[in-house]
Amino acid sequence: MNKKTHSDELLVIKVRHPALHFLTSLLMTTPLSKFKSDTTESTVDVDHRLWMQAALHGYEDKRGGVETTFGDFEEAKKTAAAIKWEAIENLGTLLESFSDKLESRGTKVCWASNGKEAVDYILQVCRDHGTQKIIKSKCMTTEEIHLNPALQAEGMEVVESDLGEFIVQLREEEPFHFVFPAMHLKRDKISAIFEEKLGTEPSSDPEELTMIARNLMRRKYCEADIGISGANFGVADTGMISITENEGNARLTTSLPKVHIAVMGIEKVIPNMEDLSVLLPLLGTAGAGQWMTAYNSMIGGPRQPGEVDGPEEFHVVLVDNHRTRLLADPEQRDALRCIRCGACLNVCPIFKNIGGHSYGTTYQGPIGSVITPHLRGLQSYKHLSYSSSLCGACTDTCPVKIDLHHHLLRNRRDAVREKGGRMERFCFRQFAQVMSHPKLYRGSEGLMRLGAKLWSPLEGKKADPLKAWTSTRTLPSPAPKSFHRQWREQRGGDS
Amino acid sequence: MSGKQAILGRIREALAHPSHPEVRTLAGNGERDVEKARAFMPPGGETVEERLQNFARLSEVLKVELVLVPDLEAAKESLNAMREVEGWTRIASHHHDLSDRLVTGLQPDLLWTDDQPGIDALERCEVGISVCEALIAQTGSILVTGKGCGGRALSVLPPHHVVLATRDQLLPDLYAGYEHLRKTYGDSLPSFISFITGASRTGDIERILVLGAHGPKRLTVVLIG
Repeated sequence: MNKKTHSDELLVIKVRHPALHFLTSLLMTTPLSKFKSDTTESTVDVDHRLWMQAALHGYEDKRGGVETTFGDFEEAKKTAAAIKWEAIENLGTLLESFSDKLESRGTKVCWASNGKEAVDYILQVCRDHGTQKIIKSKCMTTEEIHLNPALQAEGMEVVESDLGEFIVQLREEEPFHFVFPAMHLKRDKISAIFEEKLGTEPSSDPEELTMIARNLMRRKYCEADIGISGANFGVADTGMISITENEGNARLTTSLPKVHIAVMGIEKVIPNMEDLSVLLPLLGTAGAGQWMTAYNSMIGGPRQPGEVDGPEEFHVVLVDNHRTRLLADPEQRDALRCIRCGACLNVCPIFKNIGGHSYGTTYQGPIGSVITPHLRGLQSYKHLSYSSSLCGACTDTCPVKIDLHHHLLRNRRDAVREKGGRMERFCFRQFAQVMSHPKLYRGSEGLMRLGAKLWSPLEGKKADPLKAWTSTRTLPSPAPKSFHRQWREQRGGDS
Repeated sequence: MSGKQAILGRIREALAHPSHPEVRTLAGNGERDVEKARAFMPPGGETVEERLQNFARLSEVLKVELVLVPDLEAAKESLNAMREVEGWTRIASHHHDLSDRLVTGLQPDLLWTDDQPGIDALERCEVGISVCEALIAQTGSILVTGKGCGGRALSVLPPHHVVLATRDQLLPDLYAGYEHLRKTYGDSLPSFISFITGASRTGDIERILVLGAHGPKRLTVVLIG
């Protein structure tokens, strides 16, 4: 069945774009076809789905408990939304002040329009220092710009120090969830990959497994020539990045090596340091159900006069990479407020069932489905807007009140407006006609019942025109009598 | 044209179209008054007593060992006891009025980060003893800076971090923490500032909490007064 879906998809493309078909038939994959085959695969594994759902519920439950300790959680969310809103609406001014402040204390700031410019800059810094070993702490932006393969291609060793990231790096796979990268793996798989790649003894004790990584990483921090980190926020008025983490790996990454490079999306900037007094607790609470994440650190430059340690050089790489394209959308620019807490993934019925890898994107879940079409192309990623039940749980849970599920609808609309099929438009025009004319509607009821009768012998057969739908679902048969008719019969005609 | 001008230009162009009113009302109707928002956040405590209660309660949840001592003499005794029980042989600290009085003499040979002993020497220490800028009752956090608390590595590299603090350093909330930083350092803030909330931890393997992922496995606060 897997294969069938695959070839169906290619067939559609063949009709429209012969050239694209040729390319895709070589690669045998498009984002949509990959999504279809990956979701088919991930959803049949019921055990894994249940395990994943239990884990995600755990985060939700913990969050519920912490929310009650707030004076007013809803009002706190509103303030957080207002902070990020102001930041987005004044993005240019704030970025300039952020960068000026940083530079005034000896930081080098790079403004990268796209992933390539960012990667080139970082490669150059690494070359200048004759870098051989790099230690990294978790940074989704570097995943987005594919930094690691570029560094490795130049023969540099890159080690991810966050435990979850380290595990998926050893397994040579993408993070499963952008906050909890290895949440899909049980301890036996983690033990197995450690045994295979690090030659350690097998263990079923999470503490022992964690200590394997700790001991290995201690050497790596001390030996690394360069540390690369991300940034959760960029504070404009003090010129500082802010990093939120639990393990201490980001602190070590940014403290011990002689050079520190921080990579951050331009939308991470906020106006004032005090804004963090609202954002930090919300970030910890919304995603993981913690009061505060263990380490919330601000870095405002290389080692300053009078300080005893810290890197000699500090670089901040500001990455646009199509964020300004999202900013140009007056309806959806609020998606740039995202603080990447991961809460919308934890509550999403789609994420709970298909898992993070099926998305095929750097950012999974509802927020990924909203922003990826803007970052990587609407037509290639529009299918993500349809993988939603539109239940709105994501919008409810979002600590910065992004209108997530409506944005999915807006993406659907824009995708059709930009390139809707003629047939689709025709069908919807007819549908609108029927729905807005009661007589037509009533007439069509009879037609539908007749249609259903004629169709039923074909159900599931090769010639079934509705095969795309019926291969995975049952089509409900129309009720013998409409509600309207039943009402009239039972109430004696006073409709 | 530089990358900076290119990005700023695109931002200007993008923002020339004002935000859609529907999205604005749906999603941007809050007030950006961070000081007012203190009331919406978890409470820190009005009095020092309340703050201490909150800090103690959170310390327990966060598995932070909170040692309350009446005076410097008692603090010194408690550090001596810790050294005996844990068998510290290499202790790192930094010069500061409080640490000078409490740490000096704990061990004949001490590692002071002020002398810039290097990463490897610090890594071999079993404990790092530092002062802090403030304690935050609202979140159970310890506020440290690179300038005032012995550098960036002292509080994260050794497996046990001991914090020396006095009762008057207990602030109600994060907001007060930032105020304190501005008051202390003005325009020249330290290059490193961190709110430490509990020992280093991870839940990356099956959501099971493990302390000491990369940073300290143990965090002790000796609160004097």
